[in-house]
Amino acid sequence: MEDVLATTDGIIDVHGADQEALVEILREVNEVSGHLSREQMQRIASRLSLPLSKVYSVASFYSLISLEPLGKHVVRFCQDAPCHVVGGQQVWEALEHELGIPFGATSLDGEWSLLTTSCIGACAVGPVMMVDSDIHGNLDPQKVREIIARYRGEERSGGIV
Amino acid sequence: MIRSTVLVSGDPISLSRGAEDTRLAIEAELAFYGLEDEVRVGYTGRVNRTDVLPVVVVYPEGIVYGPVSPETGATIVSEHLYKGRKVEHLLVSAEVASAEIDTLGVAEDTLYAQKRVVLKRAGTIDPYSIDEYIAYDGYFALGKALTSMTPGEVLDTVKSSGLQGRGGAGFPTGLKWTFVAQQPESPRYIVCNADESEPGTFKDRLIVEGDPHAVLEGMALAGYAVGASEGWIYIRGEYAMAKDILNHAITAAEELNLLGDNIMGTSFSFHVHVHAGAGAYVCGEETALLNSLEGERGIPRIRPPYPTVYGFRGKPTVVNNVETLANIAPIILNGADWFRAIGTERSPGTKVYTMLGDVALSGLVEAPMGTTLREIIGIYGGGMKGGKAFKAAQTGGSSGTIIPAELLDVPMDFASMREKGVGLGSGALLVCDEDTDIVDLAYVLVRFFKTESCGKCTPCRVGTAQMLEALDRLRKGMARRADLERLEEIATYVQQASFCGLGQAAPVPILTGLQYFRSEFESRLRD
Ligand SMILES: Cc1cc2nc3c(=O)[nH]c(=O)nc-3n(C[C@H](O)[C@H](O)[C@H](O)COP(=O)(O)O)c2cc1C
Ligand code: FES
Repeated sequence: MEDVLATTDGIIDVHGADQEALVEILREVNEVSGHLSREQMQRIASRLSLPLSKVYSVASFYSLISLEPLGKHVVRFCQDAPCHVVGGQQVWEALEHELGIPFGATSLDGEWSLLTTSCIGACAVGPVMMVDSDIHGNLDPQKVREIIARYRGEERSGGIV
Repeated sequence: MIRSTVLVSGDPISLSRGAEDTRLAIEAELAFYGLEDEVRVGYTGRVNRTDVLPVVVVYPEGIVYGPVSPETGATIVSEHLYKGRKVEHLLVSAEVASAEIDTLGVAEDTLYAQKRVVLKRAGTIDPYSIDEYIAYDGYFALGKALTSMTPGEVLDTVKSSGLQGRGGAGFPTGLKWTFVAQQPESPRYIVCNADESEPGTFKDRLIVEGDPHAVLEGMALAGYAVGASEGWIYIRGEYAMAKDILNHAITAAEELNLLGDNIMGTSFSFHVHVHAGAGAYVCGEETALLNSLEGERGIPRIRPPYPTVYGFRGKPTVVNNVETLANIAPIILNGADWFRAIGTERSPGTKVYTMLGDVALSGLVEAPMGTTLREIIGIYGGGMKGGKAFKAAQTGGSSGTIIPAELLDVPMDFASMREKGVGLGSGALLVCDEDTDIVDLAYVLVRFFKTESCGKCTPCRVGTAQMLEALDRLRKGMARRADLERLEEIATYVQQASFCGLGQAAPVPILTGLQYFRSEFESRLRD
């Protein structure tokens, strides 16, 4: 908890405690912590001399900022037309099947979140998804299974507890 | 001494295909042959044909290889750079374009020739090297303006060039600048709109990643013309690499006094800041962008007042798209007449497109304004994939529409397209063949607007949800004729009553879909 707030302070220090930096501060804190907690929002509010409601209002607007904890891996699948017309629907179904959760959900074991995203500008290799910060393109159901397996495998071999 | 330069494409697509390993393999092989001091290795933003990525470009010859794996990258070093023999089987094949389109300098034998103004340098220089930008006429236009032109002359040149904004709406850039220059208030600001989030569009990212200084130089020229000494680049939160390249470029330019205080020893100062978004399509709308820049929710403001009067921090502000700004330095350097000679009378210059979908070759294309869709698909897209028939194209984003086959020969420029009731949009060209289900396409397009609606106004927030639901029933064969009539009615309301361009655009796939493909919608009805 102290750590998390120290990180938050560090990010505020880089940008300056000014409302003009609020969106960037929120995004970066979210990036480091995986989501934005109430304590972090309170710290940001007090450092920037803003009401908590303001910080919450801005944070809840942007899709790269999450107010809920997400899974250890976050899949963001592109649902826009250029990806859709090259086989997106089959990949959509394969993802739900492979992860065993519907879109919008986080698995009970906290390993995976399955989200959609709007176009991320990688359409030339659609269908596209992001797993954490990696972009995977030219997807088909078979490739989805392989990629997910790779992330699962890494955890085992990496010995993460 | 450096005798060769090797550039590996470092765009996200190339990286996802292992470009980093390719670069490492090339460096290792160079070290093996003791060539590391003679050959410089860098990344480039080239994405001309995505099917051949990652590419490796060898200079000074300008030879393009692709796609290159770590193994074949090592072969290029041992054969081409060590033994001096071209690796024939790895060359990207040459294709000849139509006669009236200029050739592409050094790479003319290996890639499609295009008319390049904006993308002239992208892919041929290392975006992390300001020296290379300068070697290719970089910052000459700024030098020329600061030493031999008044701000008014810069403004007049941009005005008479006829340049129109490339962010979608095609508003005359010179006129926008004049509005700001005429304001009594100061300070004034320049904002570069790099929020690019229209589905199917990634041209701005590639301009920034391939030639960041072109954007910075355009901003500085805009600042000089309108009397602004500070600029912001609002870049999409997902574009981490582009942001890094921009920050690097700004520092490099400041070190050489090409940005910052008293540029080139003159009294003109200009500072540029980069500000990243956090995921919201509507922030591409200029007033929503300004709110986001001020640390607020990214919801649009009432216009008027326009940003030219009441913009960033309530001050007069120029908001221009990345591609618009990348056109400025060439215009100042070569003059308005040179620019007017490209493209059409009513829309001079070139347009950068991202071509996707059922074409043989997808990727980035820069062509003169007025080039027809048929030419773009035939010349640059290599024709339709699998020889199928063309059915429709979708031009992307808040001002894009569905273009049917009847309009394949309309010159693509702002005015001609508007006369036909279709829009150039952001420059995305999603090409769809005969097998495309137009109802399903409309559904997916409307889903985007529903997802991205900011919720500020009711017609857009509720209307997009209702339209989507109706389209879903229609595509599943559950809708009746009355439902279709209702859908059309809602679409018209949403178009007319929405607060900003997002809601006004959301019904467009339905309305243009119905205009050109009505029978296909009707064939899905239950009654
Ligand atoms: C919903 C919506 C989204 C937009 N997104 C962008 C965008 O991503 N990039 C952009 O340059 N312009 C976008 N625009 C247009 C901007 O509002 C503005 O017209 C443009 O940045 C002006 O620059 P220009 O004159 O150089 O084209 C969008 C407009 C609307 C209504
Ligand atoms: S449409 Fe999927 S990345 Fe652009």
